[in-house]
Amino acid sequence: MAEQTQTLTKKDFETPQDVRWCPGCGDYAILAALQRLLPSLGVAREKHVFVSGIGCSSRFPYYMNTFGFHTIHGRAPAIATGLKLANPDLTVWVVTGDGDALSIGGNHFMHLMRRNVNLNVLLFNNRIYGLTKGQYSPTSEQGKVTKSTPFGSLDHPVDPASLALASGATFVARALAVDAKGLAAVMQEAVEHQGTSFVEIFQNCNVFNDGAFDDFGERQVRETKQVVVEDGKPLLFGKDHSQGVSFGSDFLPRVVEGADLAQATVANRSNKRLAQLIASLPFPEFPVPMGVLYQETRATYDALAWEQVETVKKNSAKSSIQAILDSGDTWVVS
Amino acid sequence: MTEQQQLSSPLHSQESRELSSVAIRFAGDSGDGMQLTGTRFTTESARVGNDLATRPDFPAEIRAPAGTLAGVSAFQIHFGSEEIFTAGDELDVLVAMNPAALKANLGDLKQNGMLICNTDSFTERNLERIGYETNPLDDEALKTKYTVVPVAITTLTMEALKESSLPKSSLEKCKNFFALGVVCHLYSRPIAATKEWIGRKFKGKAEVAKANEEALLAGVAFAEASEYFPSVYEVRKASLAPGRYRNLTGNQGIAFGLLAAAEKSGLHLMYAGYPITPASDILHEVARYKALGAMTFQAEDEIAACGAALGASYGGQLGVTASSGPGILLKQETIGLAVMAELPLVIIDVQRAGPSTGMPTKTEQADLIEVLYGRNGESPVVALAISSPADAFWTAFEACRIALEYMTPVFLLSDGHIGNGSEPFLIPDVETLSAIRPPFIREKPEGESFFPYLRDEKTLRRSWAIPGTPGLEHRIGGIEKQDIVGNISYDPDNHQRMTDLRAERIRRIAMSFPETKVEGAQKGDLLVLSWGSTYGAVAGAVKESLSEGLSVGHVHLRYLNPFPNDLEGIFSRFTKVLVPELNMGQLALLLRARYLRDMASFSKVKGQPFGISELKRRFREEIQGIH
Repeated sequence: MAEQTQTLTKKDFETPQDVRWCPGCGDYAILAALQRLLPSLGVAREKHVFVSGIGCSSRFPYYMNTFGFHTIHGRAPAIATGLKLANPDLTVWVVTGDGDALSIGGNHFMHLMRRNVNLNVLLFNNRIYGLTKGQYSPTSEQGKVTKSTPFGSLDHPVDPASLALASGATFVARALAVDAKGLAAVMQEAVEHQGTSFVEIFQNCNVFNDGAFDDFGERQVRETKQVVVEDGKPLLFGKDHSQGVSFGSDFLPRVVEGADLAQATVANRSNKRLAQLIASLPFPEFPVPMGVLYQETRATYDALAWEQVETVKKNSAKSSIQAILDSGDTWVVS
Repeated sequence: MTEQQQLSSPLHSQESRELSSVAIRFAGDSGDGMQLTGTRFTTESARVGNDLATRPDFPAEIRAPAGTLAGVSAFQIHFGSEEIFTAGDELDVLVAMNPAALKANLGDLKQNGMLICNTDSFTERNLERIGYETNPLDDEALKTKYTVVPVAITTLTMEALKESSLPKSSLEKCKNFFALGVVCHLYSRPIAATKEWIGRKFKGKAEVAKANEEALLAGVAFAEASEYFPSVYEVRKASLAPGRYRNLTGNQGIAFGLLAAAEKSGLHLMYAGYPITPASDILHEVARYKALGAMTFQAEDEIAACGAALGASYGGQLGVTASSGPGILLKQETIGLAVMAELPLVIIDVQRAGPSTGMPTKTEQADLIEVLYGRNGESPVVALAISSPADAFWTAFEACRIALEYMTPVFLLSDGHIGNGSEPFLIPDVETLSAIRPPFIREKPEGESFFPYLRDEKTLRRSWAIPGTPGLEHRIGGIEKQDIVGNISYDPDNHQRMTDLRAERIRRIAMSFPETKVEGAQKGDLLVLSWGSTYGAVAGAVKESLSEGLSVGHVHLRYLNPFPNDLEGIFSRFTKVLVPELNMGQLALLLRARYLRDMASFSKVKGQPFGISELKRRFREEIQGIH
């Protein structure tokens, strides 16, 4: 393992390639956030690998001066799994979008989450197909009018965080591309987590789905329309945290305030049932939960896989292909 | 072939007669243990030193309804003191454990061949179930045409085991060992190894082990005493090359070849698969050998299996995936990415009868065009075909060598016939296999920039810069690359150049191929050009045709893309070229297009391999057409 000999800066992670996202795309903010975060992690530049699928978000690896593999539609989780198994020293990032991860790659997404391979998944959710010029995606709201649905889409949308939880993810978080501070904090925790860290990032597509997150993402409404989930703290939101979310004995959420504020449910990121309730809070009746929703400690797939190899090795007398070929039912012809 | 004397007159002392080869098929219900019986008989024959070939044939259903034609499971072995090319066209002996097994297999028994039947299962109900109105064993015509040996196998087994405390249902299951004992005695096979095997297999279940062994011994004793067997037969050892042997199935051979290549390249074998018949056994086999540092990954689907294998290759290890036709289709997009990224990848296709689900347990060679041309764009890959179970080891090793040294996806074509069939394998001294040297680049070239698509001048392959190497950070992917530099490029001339380079670098791999061997006539009337699992049948048919005075040469192709450079010169030495294939003429199509020469196609798609006699007939017809 090469030791890091010099302090890296944001510049070290920038590539000379022209960034080809549309001007004003939410992806720029995420790129900048990553380029700012990576130098602080104490991980050598060559140890980072960005693996992506297809879509606007999946162009991401070209703009990071690390190792990068821009693969095929929906399959980045599979390729990243193989990479991490082959080379467990690496810090592997999967960059994907709502169509890539949840539509064409839905199967791989689910299995990556349950296996808990030690890598980070950044899902750029803009609730639209951008690169193919504007069809509705699996996270688009029902009734969405797009080129492919001129009379409105019929599908009920999927909630990525709830899906990740249901699939057995060990780290589930939400962030907003334009909230640099919140995004950095979540990504920092994601890198530190051992296992598959799933981060859904709400990212605006200013060409095909502009303003998709304004209702809760705009700076002036964030306070009242988002609830930042902090471990061990009550679920408070609103001006001066004057409101709270409380789950009753019927498991249904209620907004509490005034004298009832003390009844606000206390977040506990290791409580999966609670995380599922929080993740699925309906908007706009309730604020959108942001931050780390859930985290659990569970052995990673890659660690288990290599441990198994080592254990079998230790308990086996046959350590070469020759020994295996020569064993069992053999006979000699002279 | 073998002389088989009619055995109608009962004698009291058994004389021993010598035969040069024998084909036996054990057939019964799926639950009757016929695969096990056949495998044990194979091991005993191998120990005697016979050359042999086997062909298991079983239904896709795990347990089809008992006693039905759909549920018949069979195992065929052909063993001899001479060179054995196939599992045999015709049977000398058929062991039928029930009426369905008789009905499904009788057509392959040669005239005067021996038919051993378990009379206990020829009940009215079983006969009726498969449409026999009367008991075929009472049919005089049957008794005239074949040597019928009716044995109450179940009754005799139960009687031999009457002291056992095991339940009746368990004891009945021992009847396959009784049948094995009969046939072992008849062909003078020792049973020591099987006794040992029973001990190992039922370790900790002493009663079960004892019952099986006693059933085996009872079978031997029956055959010794029975007047049905006036003679026993001796098949002497074959003149095999000296050395240590083991019996090997094609799927095992592939697994061992991959493991050997991993060892010889100093890499971990990263095998990613998804269960599919008839390829799953490779996954099962590799999974047993984690002690060699091999890793297996059972993915969520075929696509993910190929993706994980490619990811492992990108990470600097030996990435391998396997499937059969339907699964290969799903992997093709990822293989296209491997073509574009110029990374090593070995993809194994254990072909089966298609299209669609087809006949999963039956063999075919109809995926050749699929593997070569089943991707979008100009997407050249290397393709190699395995010729026999023992060859699986060598061709799998060669596929890995090419993938790793030339940075390319390589298809390894096998099929159900090779995968499940077996033959003796001369165990190599692994030390003597040449090392595989992948073109790793371990550090940044001093004072220069690193260019991911900079090529070796001779082979045109790029270097393998694995993630984690300082100074070599770069981006690759499925989008067209700028030559040398590797950045995204939509430049028209660049795309032309990169397409040409991808084609040329695959063509140049042919320079590393050994000289193409022509067996039989070196020039003359007919050249037979075959590939894959048809090797045994074609080689056997060519040998027999030569001895009958025909002018026939034989080339068996391992390299299907690129073709060997010396192939064209061989064609010109023969008047006619015949291409026998278990498809509708796919190799013939490719050869005609490539060499602008007529090729006669002999095609068969019955889910069964070629027989030697049908090939010989066709050779003769082709040659008669010339003269």
